[in-house]
Amino acid sequence: MSDQKDEKKTERRDFLFTATAAAGVVGVGAAVWPLVDQMNPDASVKALASTEVDVSSMQPGQSLTVLWRGKPVFIKRRTEDEIKKAKAVDINDLKHPEKDEDRTKNPEWLVMLGICTHLGCVPLTDKGDYDGWFCPCHGSHYDTSGRIRKGPAPTNMEIPKYEFVNTNTIKIG
Amino acid sequence: MSDHEYTPSSKFGKWFNDRLPLLTLANHLTDYPTPKNLNYWWTFGGILTFCLITQIVTGLVLAMHYIAHADMAFSSVEHIMRDVNYGWLLRYVHANGASMFFLAVYIHIFRSLFYGSYKSPREIIWILGIIIYLLMMAAAFMGYVLPWGQMSFWGATVITNLFSAIPLVGESITTWLWGGYSVDNPTLTRFFTLHYLIPFLILGLVVLHIWALHVPGNNNPVGIDIKKPSKDTVPFHPYIVIKDAFALLMFCIVFALFVFYQPNILGHADNYIEADPLVTPAHIVPEWYLLPFYAILRSVPDKLMGVVAMLSAILILAALPWLDTSKVRSAVFRPLFRQFYWILVADVLILGYVGAMPAEGLYLLIARVATAYYFAHFLIILPVLGWKEKTTPLPLSITEPVLGGSPNLAAARSDEKIEKTIK
Repeated sequence: MSDQKDEKKTERRDFLFTATAAAGVVGVGAAVWPLVDQMNPDASVKALASTEVDVSSMQPGQSLTVLWRGKPVFIKRRTEDEIKKAKAVDINDLKHPEKDEDRTKNPEWLVMLGICTHLGCVPLTDKGDYDGWFCPCHGSHYDTSGRIRKGPAPTNMEIPKYEFVNTNTIKIG
Repeated sequence: MSDHEYTPSSKFGKWFNDRLPLLTLANHLTDYPTPKNLNYWWTFGGILTFCLITQIVTGLVLAMHYIAHADMAFSSVEHIMRDVNYGWLLRYVHANGASMFFLAVYIHIFRSLFYGSYKSPREIIWILGIIIYLLMMAAAFMGYVLPWGQMSFWGATVITNLFSAIPLVGESITTWLWGGYSVDNPTLTRFFTLHYLIPFLILGLVVLHIWALHVPGNNNPVGIDIKKPSKDTVPFHPYIVIKDAFALLMFCIVFALFVFYQPNILGHADNYIEADPLVTPAHIVPEWYLLPFYAILRSVPDKLMGVVAMLSAILILAALPWLDTSKVRSAVFRPLFRQFYWILVADVLILGYVGAMPAEGLYLLIARVATAYYFAHFLIILPVLGWKEKTTPLPLSITEPVLGGSPNLAAARSDEKIEKTIK
């Protein structure tokens, strides 16, 4: 038997091994994926994607907490003073620089997820060093625009997708 | 495994043993040669086995009454406490059993640290132990979520949010863990499933842990290699069995004191309020056994780095056999290491204390210093000590200090006692 023939034979085997292994990996992957993906949000959870809130009875300075997708959403009708304070901040002083205008559709109404961006606690309204929100878990302070000012939280409180259906109704999601 | 051949005496025994050598295994376990100088710190392996079995048995019966649903979990636990026959006892044993399990495991771990049980040739035993410890923490955390009280809910929220610190994929991972956009019913049902599964994984690992132990045999307070069986060893049964049984009884007294007199002292009153996703309790604290790691998490001002530091604090233990460069195992012969060992014990206790306090002012400063020292102990002190430390002379055998004159009086004295009991 010549060396050349030997080599050719080995190559064919190698190809079969590789092809079998590749098919095996794809097969195992396809079988495992449903087992992994079943843990993602199911259709009934996704179906509760939007909530409509009637805000007609809210006075300036009042705030409301509603549940959306199992999470609290803060709706705050801000006073003139609070709006002024939020706008007066020099954006370069912020840990997560965002203008107040970019966080509201109507400066009077602040709609945001009431979840501390540190580890997910619900901050307390009208508390803290910046008269906005204060998270009791690990001491994050937020301003009247829900921006992080002091403490371990890395970012501002998140603004969900929302719209004004009419002047009295906000649709979240 | 066994050092000598074993033949069952009865004909049936021999027939059975030739087909499935269970009797050989039983014989190995009873005759297993153990160092004769094992002290009471060595009884915690047996105590831990007892704890695991207690948790599995009480957990099994609690699962017959518990309902894993966000709307019913809280009241089903109250149903267990008020209506189910002996339900209060079973639940209190299970809840306090978790604390007792951790108490025993911490003593077991710190015994290994003192006597150098993690060193060659026992690295695999040690690493299996660390994996068991990690699984214990996972099981305890998920078990704490099941009553669906305020601490359950917010503890679950804070811990699962740790994963959101991972760059890029963090958010999708937390959503996947929750099965939704927050901790909710899907989270509860999967935690229940995993809480049920993990103890059996631990049981399997315990078998491997003991198997790996029986290859080199036990370490001992003197920390030297011994010949087995020899004058330095005694058979496991009855010598160690009776000692373990006595220690277990003492341990059960402590266990019973908690269960019958202070069943809620290790828990939090907030957990008797049903979970409310709109209100976070003023002061979230994990169970006592996780406090040192919680303190490390909070001592780092950056979210991602805090999580990394907390995980490293546990995983660094797996590298310990290679970080400790000293060839001498037992702290008895390492005068400097002995002092650093006790500083580490104090350091971990301090971390536990500040972990329970608010993360502000002086507490935060103490937590930061203690965290830095914790890592320095493993990454700087231990490697350097191995090179620099002058250890005291080791005896040649456990018996030698008595018969041949010992350089270490303490070892000689404790040995004399054992000699007497054997004769």
